[in-house]
Amino acid sequence: MAMKLKRPKIKNIPYEEFNDNETYEKLVAELNANGVNVIVKSLDDLFDWGRSNSLWPLTFATSCCGIEFMAVCAARYDIARFGFEVTRNSPRQADVILVNGTITNKMAPVLKRLYDQMADPKYVVAIGGCAVAGGPFTKSYHVVKGVDKIIPVDVYVPGCPPRPESFLYGMMQLQRIVKAENFFGTTNRKQKDPQTLGESIESIKEVVENQQEA
Amino acid sequence: MEENKEKQIPEAAAEKAAAPAPKPAAEQPAAAAAAAAAAAKPAVAKPAPKPEVPGENEIKPRLVELDKLHDEMQRLRDEEKMDFLELITGVDWGEEGLGCVYNLWSTETGRREYVKAVCPDREEPFIPTVSDLWTIADIYEREVFDFFGVKFLGHKDMRRVFLREDWVGYPLRKDDKPEEQNPLKMENECLSDTTLQYDRAEDGSIQVKENVVFAKDDYMVNIGPQHPSTHGVLHFRVALEGERIKKMDPKLGYIHRGIEKLNESYTYPQTLALTDRMDYLGAMQSRHALCMTIEKAANIEVSDRVQVVRTIMDELQRIDSHILFFSCLCQDMGATTAFLYGFRDREKVLDIFEETCGGRLILNYNMIGGLAADIHPNFQKRVSEFIPYMRKNIREYYDIFINNVIARNRLIGVGKLSLEQVVSGGCTGPSGRASGWHNDVRKRQPYAAYGKVDFKEIVRTEGDSYARLLCRMDEIEESLNIIEQLIDNIPEGAFQTKTKPIIKVPAGKYYSCVEGSRGEFGVYLESTGDKSPYRLHYRSTGLPLVWIMDTACRGELIADMMAINGTLDYVVPDIDR
Repeated sequence: MAMKLKRPKIKNIPYEEFNDNETYEKLVAELNANGVNVIVKSLDDLFDWGRSNSLWPLTFATSCCGIEFMAVCAARYDIARFGFEVTRNSPRQADVILVNGTITNKMAPVLKRLYDQMADPKYVVAIGGCAVAGGPFTKSYHVVKGVDKIIPVDVYVPGCPPRPESFLYGMMQLQRIVKAENFFGTTNRKQKDPQTLGESIESIKEVVENQQEA
Repeated sequence: MEENKEKQIPEAAAEKAAAPAPKPAAEQPAAAAAAAAAAAKPAVAKPAPKPEVPGENEIKPRLVELDKLHDEMQRLRDEEKMDFLELITGVDWGEEGLGCVYNLWSTETGRREYVKAVCPDREEPFIPTVSDLWTIADIYEREVFDFFGVKFLGHKDMRRVFLREDWVGYPLRKDDKPEEQNPLKMENECLSDTTLQYDRAEDGSIQVKENVVFAKDDYMVNIGPQHPSTHGVLHFRVALEGERIKKMDPKLGYIHRGIEKLNESYTYPQTLALTDRMDYLGAMQSRHALCMTIEKAANIEVSDRVQVVRTIMDELQRIDSHILFFSCLCQDMGATTAFLYGFRDREKVLDIFEETCGGRLILNYNMIGGLAADIHPNFQKRVSEFIPYMRKNIREYYDIFINNVIARNRLIGVGKLSLEQVVSGGCTGPSGRASGWHNDVRKRQPYAAYGKVDFKEIVRTEGDSYARLLCRMDEIEESLNIIEQLIDNIPEGAFQTKTKPIIKVPAGKYYSCVEGSRGEFGVYLESTGDKSPYRLHYRSTGLPLVWIMDTACRGELIADMMAINGTLDYVVPDIDR
């Protein structure tokens, strides 16, 4: 019997007004596929309530969208209303990486390294056309066509650059994802690393064998 | 929410029209051509094609032989007082060879001179260096080496600067296929501590010498590439002597998007969209420069209304940029409240932009032959309200930060640059004017409506970080003065001249420049008469500024580096292009 979805409450926006609820419901169904313990789930809810309202972003901006991110942090749009204002300069203290701007071939290893340095649970928001799919520079020889080629992305925010409202909407979508996660009792969803996605079992075996030989 | 939705629609439409989405834009000229042909049919006779007159910004560089190049450049610098090396543009001329075009500008006489050097050997091209005459040639020549593979004889440091050190090939050569040779590499880049120098020996052979950038026992600190301060992604390798900076080596290219190569495959209207995304704090001015270059080259008349609106927009953009400069400087130095004050006022400028252009940051407003849309009916009213508002609020900046004793102590006397250093280093804009260099393009070579307005060129003589800050603050007030003179007298007229459906620029080389928010922004355009440019090169406003960091920071405390780089005020996507 399918469990009834518990709808996350985000202030001021009713559940029906969010876009793409289908993907979200699919995600929640996946996370709760094996059922959840009532007591543990209420603990989870408390935990997620706290986490979703204190997501600390890493200050990672490469181009134009970064300026809009600064505008979001400033007085008029005031990201502090949602608890996202604690921008961290070190990836080890950050919960979410907001990829603001184009990622070039030279920057790609740096971004991957920053992502690897972040502590779990961690999230990625691709902001702007460039981070989503390469934007106006898709034909270039030095641009990564979307950050999801390097690191797993949770929320995409299109626009060139996105309006501050879109930023906040994207972050609210992320809050919903955070609110659906389980920590006690069941295992959490672990996304696969896109770098290793294409590798077959044979190639992994090969690596293991090589290591054993050495 | 409803209101926001409504607002977003025109923005999306404007974006759509201007974005270089390859498919619709490629179809547009064809469709437009068909429509124009259909419309032209009933007309009695086709107007006779006008005889092609050369554009007023056409340049004819004088070819100098390679073995005489250095002597000739020295003569130009010393005898003809060409103290400002504006730009070195690398060009691949195919059969003729690879080469450079040098733009020289005399600060004293205002005369310009263009020199061209070509090396016919495509396998092993060598050109003598001029980096011993102008310090800025150092980075310009490395840029040419990086993209064209031309090695400069006598240049002390022939390393790549934008691309990875293990990059294969030279992407801006016409026969190079960068994607095929360079798949995405996910391992970290190894940076070498030594570099090569090429010299020609007495007998004509090439000798290679190894130079040391950083010695083994240097104490090194890496700053960046993950966002040092609020200025974008770049990487400084700093050698320290105690707490003082001994040497600094900037590594660029973390946001190099290959805009110049992309431009070669785009039609002229398509190339415009990318200019906004280079220096996003000077989006209006960069696009203005490119539009102006193409208009002058193709002899497209622009109405007075357009010229005046462009001038007002450029100045609004300058105010926007300088406010952001102030906010970021405060943020870098730990004054978060001042940052919020700056952004409060910047939003007012963005509101004005948004109403007319549809965008906040990326504006896509200037078009070849005019503007994307006429000014909004509220435009004049809102700008007139903004002027006294800003004049009042700028006083608060002085109260909260500029006259603050901590800010003064951290900025006065820090990062001093002399007049000789900024001229030789090509540091235009407020950063150069703070050292006493009269380099304002609006005064030296008036364009748009700048000839009609009365304004002061802000020049100071101290040359330190505090002077650079004050220069920009005074420029905000001067920009308000310019806007005040123009806003009530916008002439009537068309906001767009009718251009041909497919814009072609007559064959030749063209150069135009404007005064951007942080210096001279120039456009070098080489055309073969086709519908897309053969070579389109931008004089980045930030590249000289980031290159002078080494000079400005030597002997300073490492903690002062942020103040120096904050007051030099560069935008990295504009440097890397």
